[in-house]
Amino acid sequence: MNPKVIKTAAGIETLFQQAGAATVQAAILQPADTLLGLYGEDIRARAYVTSDPLRGEQMLRPDFTVPVVQMHMEQGAEPARYTYNGVVFRRQEDDATRANEYLQVGYEVFDRSNPAETDAEVFALIQNALGDAPVRATVGDIGILMAAVDGLNTSERRKSALRRHIWRPTRFRALLDRFAGRVETPVARQALIASDDPMAQAGPQIGLRSAAEVAERIDVLKSDAALAPISASEVDLIEAILQVRETCPNALAQLRDIAVDLPSITAAVTRLDERFEALDARGVETSTLMFETSYGRTSMEYYDGFVFGFHATDHAGLSPIATGGRYDALTQRLGKGDAIPAVGGVIRPDLLIQIAGGAS
Amino acid sequence: MTIKLGVPSKGRLMEKTFDWFGARGVTLARTGSDREYAGAVDGVTGVELVLLSAGEIPRELAAGRIHLGVTGIDLIREKLASWDQRVEVMAELGFGFADLILAVPNCWVDVDTLDDLDAAAAAFRARHGFRLRIATKYHRLVREFLKQAGVADYQIVDSQGATEGTVKNETAEAIADITSSGETLRANHLKILSDGLILKSQACLLRARDADLSADERRDLADLFAKLGG
Repeated sequence: MNPKVIKTAAGIETLFQQAGAATVQAAILQPADTLLGLYGEDIRARAYVTSDPLRGEQMLRPDFTVPVVQMHMEQGAEPARYTYNGVVFRRQEDDATRANEYLQVGYEVFDRSNPAETDAEVFALIQNALGDAPVRATVGDIGILMAAVDGLNTSERRKSALRRHIWRPTRFRALLDRFAGRVETPVARQALIASDDPMAQAGPQIGLRSAAEVAERIDVLKSDAALAPISASEVDLIEAILQVRETCPNALAQLRDIAVDLPSITAAVTRLDERFEALDARGVETSTLMFETSYGRTSMEYYDGFVFGFHATDHAGLSPIATGGRYDALTQRLGKGDAIPAVGGVIRPDLLIQIAGGAS
Repeated sequence: MTIKLGVPSKGRLMEKTFDWFGARGVTLARTGSDREYAGAVDGVTGVELVLLSAGEIPRELAAGRIHLGVTGIDLIREKLASWDQRVEVMAELGFGFADLILAVPNCWVDVDTLDDLDAAAAAFRARHGFRLRIATKYHRLVREFLKQAGVADYQIVDSQGATEGTVKNETAEAIADITSSGETLRANHLKILSDGLILKSQACLLRARDADLSADERRDLADLFAKLGG
């Protein structure tokens, strides 16, 4: 590995230590089950999988966040700040120019006290560590969309179906269109709902999914068909939320306007305001910082609040130099009943050097 | 040096390939005993026949160890990343038709589309504590297809044969496999999702983009294509 990259990584790690972080390590081989359970089958396209007959499938760590969260949930004292500096492995299927092994230096904060403050702490620290590299930051907040879904005037079942697909825009859109009555119910489903004896053509019962499970879903489909569609005005508001792409102050103004008609996002918008204030207080220029509601929606799936990324200004197509965000729900998933608010970010020193070299 | 043409080493795919070339004045034949994988080419110069398993032809093409190959486009797309940058389809041969499809048990009367499958997968995971299993040997194609469609809460389990039987044996809940007539699916009480066509495949003649060619080999290749095209 390039000694310049190693030196830069060590420098960033020192900076993170000075901010109060304890250095932690993680095993390179991670049990595949945990990662597959979190990300689903898609992770196989991005992570290297190997196996042995005793431990079963293992993955070369695709990031540090999951093992660091697990370590903290098992033994960590609160509040805690961690840093790590090590290689991660990413399987590549399409673009041979992308690295499949590179250093990540990260900073993770587990702290219940003040989310706006810790969000700002992580962002400002990462921005500071990037120095005067030619990068442009974008921030987002998946929590706004989640709050909007929670506030929809429809059944809990529909809301949870939408929440499940927050990070899959295509399926989210398809569900929203169907719940809003914007697309015709498929013919087969209409027939199923209308049928007196839906099991007539079922043939023999095979497989683990039982007849009772099938009957249960038919009941769900029937009761859903009887529900009023999600109103056009609510769908328009969701769309308006997803389209917000402005400097922080303008984005805040737009979201406040939307919140008048969709009060369920008010608390999330207030949190956004507090975060911007905390960023200002740490010297981040929010008046020019870009905010996009849907930032990171397809690529940062366990983030459920604040998200951010730093992109090279003059290297189109290059992966982000630094990324991060809040992942409270992940700590709950991995914490076996426990949960703690958590936020963190990582820097790729290899890319930092690449773009700095281009600039000089 | 010669142009190496990789052809499936046995079965209908080999015979049909021989017929297709034969109809265009290029005679391919196995030589030696029935069990010996050696072959001969007549009607063109500078072309050597290499008999291989159909499943190995994509890899050999990508590595440039053979210049031309005949195999199903399904295998090419499953096995080669960025396949269209590594091989070029020179001709669709009009046989070996097969569809890669996603099928579920007939008794799932509530599941007809990917949308249904996704909802059933969510409920299945909540009920059984593991992700709904889809048996297939086409891991990449199936994963990409389901990712495009935004289906979650499933897992792929490897099945290299008798895939249609996995549901009855309770080692999978659904399958993705190649079918031509659909008879095996029906016999195993499975049905194809109405939007579950992943890929339409047939046998293709492919050229390796990376294989090095001398001037002589280039000329021989051009002659071969002139003959096959005419």
